[in-house]
Amino acid sequence: MSKGDARTAAETAARSSYGRLLSLIVRSPRDIAAAEDALADAFAEALRVWPERGVPDNPEAWLLTAARRAAGHARRHLGVREAAAPALEQVYDAMQSRTTPEFPDERLKLMFVCAHPAIDETIRTPLMLQTILGLDAARIARAFLVEAPAMSQRLVRAKAKIRDAGVAFEVPEASVLEERLEDVLAAIYAAYTLGLDDVPGEAAAGEPLTQEAVFLARLVVLLLPQAPEAKGLLALMLASEARAAARRGPGGEYVPLKEQDVRLWNGALIAEAEACLRAAAAFGRPGRFQTEAAIQSLHNQSVMLGEVPAPALLQLYDVLVRQSPAIGAAVARAVAYGEHRGAEKGLARLDEIAAARVESYQPYWAARFHLLQAAGQLNEAALAQAKAISLTQDPALIAFLTERLNRAS
Amino acid sequence: MQYMLIFTEPTEVFARREDPAEAPAYWGAWTSYMGAIAQAGIMVNGDGLHPPHTATTVRVRNGKRDVQDGPYADVKEQLGGYVVIEVAGLDAALDWAAKSPSAHYGSVEVRPVLPPPAR
Repeated sequence: MSKGDARTAAETAARSSYGRLLSLIVRSPRDIAAAEDALADAFAEALRVWPERGVPDNPEAWLLTAARRAAGHARRHLGVREAAAPALEQVYDAMQSRTTPEFPDERLKLMFVCAHPAIDETIRTPLMLQTILGLDAARIARAFLVEAPAMSQRLVRAKAKIRDAGVAFEVPEASVLEERLEDVLAAIYAAYTLGLDDVPGEAAAGEPLTQEAVFLARLVVLLLPQAPEAKGLLALMLASEARAAARRGPGGEYVPLKEQDVRLWNGALIAEAEACLRAAAAFGRPGRFQTEAAIQSLHNQSVMLGEVPAPALLQLYDVLVRQSPAIGAAVARAVAYGEHRGAEKGLARLDEIAAARVESYQPYWAARFHLLQAAGQLNEAALAQAKAISLTQDPALIAFLTERLNRAS
Repeated sequence: MQYMLIFTEPTEVFARREDPAEAPAYWGAWTSYMGAIAQAGIMVNGDGLHPPHTATTVRVRNGKRDVQDGPYADVKEQLGGYVVIEVAGLDAALDWAAKSPSAHYGSVEVRPVLPPPAR
């Protein structure tokens, strides 16, 4: 293992233990901020020490002991920390009285809290990244392209709502589990797509969130093995992750799927995605993420084999738009129709989408540009192109869109 | 925990209360809803209110009393009644809110009740 790998492994272990402990401590005061504060010093110490000296045998016990020590002398944020003190002691006592030093994993409950329908949809992903993985507000703010104080404030407000409104720390009962799980999965997928938009190499943007999203999806699959959609989401993200190295050219420029160098794809991830999708399909309970994963799988196969099974692909897209209200699904379907059934058919599918929903949705305008160009309507194509460019900050994508029009004209 | 369910209703629904053809169904729905809450043993208190045209709003500014005809804000949905219930948590409160008649034609705001200050 290289030094960089050791550092990554230590950080993953620290984040994993942090989320496990936080979800245990948070239950009784229902106070996320207090629990975070009780663990903050210990977690910072773990992130500093573990990469150098290695991950301890029982990482949770190490963190817990460090947290108790910190609670003993540090008197910072006294009131907040005090609120979690009894819970900290309770978890510590439970650990002492156990013969095996195994901690129950309550992170799933915490995920359901973060993605509760009573919590504003736009703050669910940040909440999850902070509580389950211990990412700090500044790091999350960078990914969401907002100022750190603004993100902090929104997180604080959401945690206060969870505490004061009495949001339960529990896995929802069977009758609503599927519906509530969809919210959890959607929040994870939002982190992933946000990570995809990150411009690699731009220090200001931080490392992409894609890895964090994959970690969260793996966690849901582990803790809810009977949920096919969780497996579908993991398969979807792994199939996309497999292409990460080929998505950008040597100069950071954007490379569309069909032009990617297949040798750069990660075969192990593709195989894992396929296995995951098969395991999901075995339940016989289809859903949006399984369909999206099947589409990704078909895309990967098409590029590798050099031929596209168009009817199967279009059928999957038809199924997807019935399952998912997302605009992304409708736009992707239109692109697929344009490619395999002619640009006019694609444009007709695009026109089916309500104008108000696509006004500021960049992929719609990029798709419209591409299809109008293919249909030979160059004037209108230029308008769509200008709109698409105005909606992205990614210089590689802008360069890609600009070059395409020059080539056509 | 205690939650107040705040029922708001659109103007045309308030009109149903007075309409001989619709009033029995309107009041019947509320009676059976409140009955279900009482039956569940979670009722703390609750009332229906006269319609918004009966409201008077008072503000005191710089020691001067300003009294105005009508509710505090002129919006499409107005307060029609409230109930305070004692349940385990937000999910249970939301379930009860969803069962109310006004959830189907107006809206229900759910707020945790502040516990009395410790002495």
